[in-house]
Amino acid sequence: MTTTPTTQSVQLTVNGVARSGETENRKTLVDFLRDDLELTGTHVGCEHGVCGACTILLDGEPVRSCLMLAVQANGRSLETIEGLGSPDDLSPLQQAFRESHGFQCGFCTPGFVMTTVALLRENPDPSEAEIRHCLSGNLCRCTGYQSIVEGVKSAALALQAGENR
Amino acid sequence: MKLPPFEYRTPETVEETVELLGEFGDEAKILAGGQSLIPLLAMRLSRPAVVIDINNVNELNTISNGSGLSIGALTRHRTAERSALVQSSAPMLVAALGYVGHDAIRTRGTIGGSVAHADPAAELPTVLTALGGSVSATSARGTRSIAADDFFEGFLSTSLADDELLTAIQLPPRPDRSGWSFNEFSRRSGDFALVGVAVSIELDESGTVVDARIAMSGVAGEPTRAIEAETALRGNPAGPESFATAAAAAAAEINPSADLHGTTAYRKHLAGILVRKGLNEACDRAKGTR
Ligand SMILES: Cc1cc2nc3c(=O)[nH]c(=O)nc-3n(C[C@H](O)[C@H](O)[C@H](O)COP(=O)(O)OP(=O)(O)OC[C@H]3O[C@@H](n4cnc5c(N)ncnc54)[C@H](O)[C@@H]3O)c2cc1C
Ligand code: FES
Ligand code: FES
Repeated sequence: MTTTPTTQSVQLTVNGVARSGETENRKTLVDFLRDDLELTGTHVGCEHGVCGACTILLDGEPVRSCLMLAVQANGRSLETIEGLGSPDDLSPLQQAFRESHGFQCGFCTPGFVMTTVALLRENPDPSEAEIRHCLSGNLCRCTGYQSIVEGVKSAALALQAGENR
Repeated sequence: MKLPPFEYRTPETVEETVELLGEFGDEAKILAGGQSLIPLLAMRLSRPAVVIDINNVNELNTISNGSGLSIGALTRHRTAERSALVQSSAPMLVAALGYVGHDAIRTRGTIGGSVAHADPAAELPTVLTALGGSVSATSARGTRSIAADDFFEGFLSTSLADDELLTAIQLPPRPDRSGWSFNEFSRRSGDFALVGVAVSIELDESGTVVDARIAMSGVAGEPTRAIEAETALRGNPAGPESFATAAAAAAAEINPSADLHGTTAYRKHLAGILVRKGLNEACDRAKGTR
């Protein structure tokens, strides 16, 4: 049996910056982001696709980064929570989450925020039902969800009012 | 958990893929969207020696319409949902895809993966069965077509051989005066259904049922045709009376096993409700009133 190398080099763009690394074939993308690229904003909860904490954007579309191999991201463009605002300069969406108390412990927050980024790009004026349907793939143990839904609603309003980012 | 180690291959053509499948057989697993396989690896329920990633096999990424609709195995759920061709030729499939997981799952999940995985509660095997579709399977030995009714063989099992790749699914053209519906019940949005029902019905000018196919998910190890219900409908006028008879027949002819999420009696009840609702919707569509 011919064997293939167990590690490979990966070159990708993360939040507009070219990054690269050497990774084991079996390493998931979320572990590569966190351990190799030291982008620990993306959280990892269940490791089997159910909680949504690891949600990032792959070429603009939401994906579970725990359900992809790092090597599969070669040549692709990713967006993670680090690509939004900074602590002193939150994005309108982050600001809206903060003002509505859309998080408590914050574990689930990066996944909710990135899921919402994708939602609002595709549908800038979602109904409450559409917001709830979209967020139903993300779990939060703290907030009871109401404040998250409120945060998404006020973010949509802020973005429509022109606070583009 | 972290994934177990495996040898990783990335073929670029169907020919290369089936060559690898021929070489490694049941030692190998195809990796398509990964939305079922990666969880299985993470939970160490599957430990293949070789993972054959087909994400670079571009020829599997096609949607075409000839005598019926053909969708390449690697077509993502989201791509199929957004395709104007799929929307016009197979609206039942689009409706059913709306129930599959969440956006982030459907960005990666593939049509071929959902059919090959054959989860008894999954939507796509049920749709394929209700529409009388088929799959194309290719190995180094050649290509064959397998009807949906012969493809699913119980819990996560299909008639695909170890060396075969599912390359596409085919859905027959929709006859005139035909209608469809897809309904399911789950505890939370995006969850696998407790029971799902796909209905395809064909009427004549007078409103008599020429043909009906009803497929249910979640009631057995594989998508299950409601044969008694279909027979009760054929040749009878479409309407509340025949639909009630068919719904009762469908609930009577299944024996779903009980689990944490629902008893046998509850699932039978749900199946009856969803069959009647689905027949009404499909009939309205066949008559153009919906
Ligand atoms: C949180 C969550 C919720 C979900 N909810 C639903 C749901 O409600 N309904 C639903 O139907 N599914 C659901 N899924 C599963 C999802 O739809 C999967 O994408 C799908 O079942 C498998 O498709 P895949 O392309 O990801 O296949 P993979 O995970 O890559 O493969 C699955 C299996 O099929 C085999 N396989 C894949 N492609 C081929 C091929 N072309 N030829 C031969 N064998 C092949 C693989 O070897 C593997 O054994 C959910 C998944 C998650 C993580
Ligand atoms: S860690 Fe990826 S979905 Fe839970
Ligand atoms: S804020 Fe704690 S899990 Fe959501």
